[in-house]
Amino acid sequence: MKSNDIILQTITKVTLFVIILFSIHLFFAGHYYPGGGFIGGLMTSGAIVLLLLAYDLKTVAKILPVDFKIVAAVGLLFAVGTGAGSLLFNVPFLTHAFGDMNIPLLGETSLHTATLFDLGVYLVVIGVTMTIIQTIGESE
Amino acid sequence: MAGSLIVIGVFLSLIATFGVIRLPDVYTRNHAASKSATLGVMSVLLGTFLYFFLTEGHFNSRLILGIGFVFLTSPVAGHLLSRAAYYSGVKLWDKSVQDDLKEQKKKFSKR
Repeated sequence: MKSNDIILQTITKVTLFVIILFSIHLFFAGHYYPGGGFIGGLMTSGAIVLLLLAYDLKTVAKILPVDFKIVAAVGLLFAVGTGAGSLLFNVPFLTHAFGDMNIPLLGETSLHTATLFDLGVYLVVIGVTMTIIQTIGESE
Repeated sequence: MAGSLIVIGVFLSLIATFGVIRLPDVYTRNHAASKSATLGVMSVLLGTFLYFFLTEGHFNSRLILGIGFVFLTSPVAGHLLSRAAYYSGVKLWDKSVQDDLKEQKKKFSKR
């Protein structure tokens, strides 16, 4: 049955950007405020689920041609990589480093390698959630 | 100022719950819940925003975003709930006089 979903689809187009922006904000705020990779990743996958509700699986696969299993694998690689990177500097596994750096556009920013670990968590959460939901959605 | 906005918001949410209990069918209950709860939540959020802005000088943009988000999405949720109820055959209140969607629904289900 083909139904008329124009209200849902229009409001999805508007709110999708708000949700993704808020999830990125939660991801970057994680060090000093409540937030972080887990909840940011969940919110991003929530935005993709909203897209799946408003459109169908094939359209979303065309918009986002990403294999989410690979996303989860890349996230794990990030997490292990930041852990193993500390071994190069002769410190224990998962020792993190931070420093204040002067980036041309952003000015004085404090950068921390824990953000890269968090990016790994973020990608794993997106990958696992979307793989589960797409697998359940595809099975008839 | 902030406190009165919060009191208004709580009062509107209370009216919404009374509407959900008292009104006769799904559509009127949905009408009460989606409208007054939306305005109530928006008033509470605006009151909270003003409280933190006026007493602590803290501009919390997330509350502004929340106000905009609730304003955009809550009516759409109400619309989708009502439509799903109508197309799954929930009856209108027996004192309703007009149902203009009926013809459309018949044509729709025949296809």
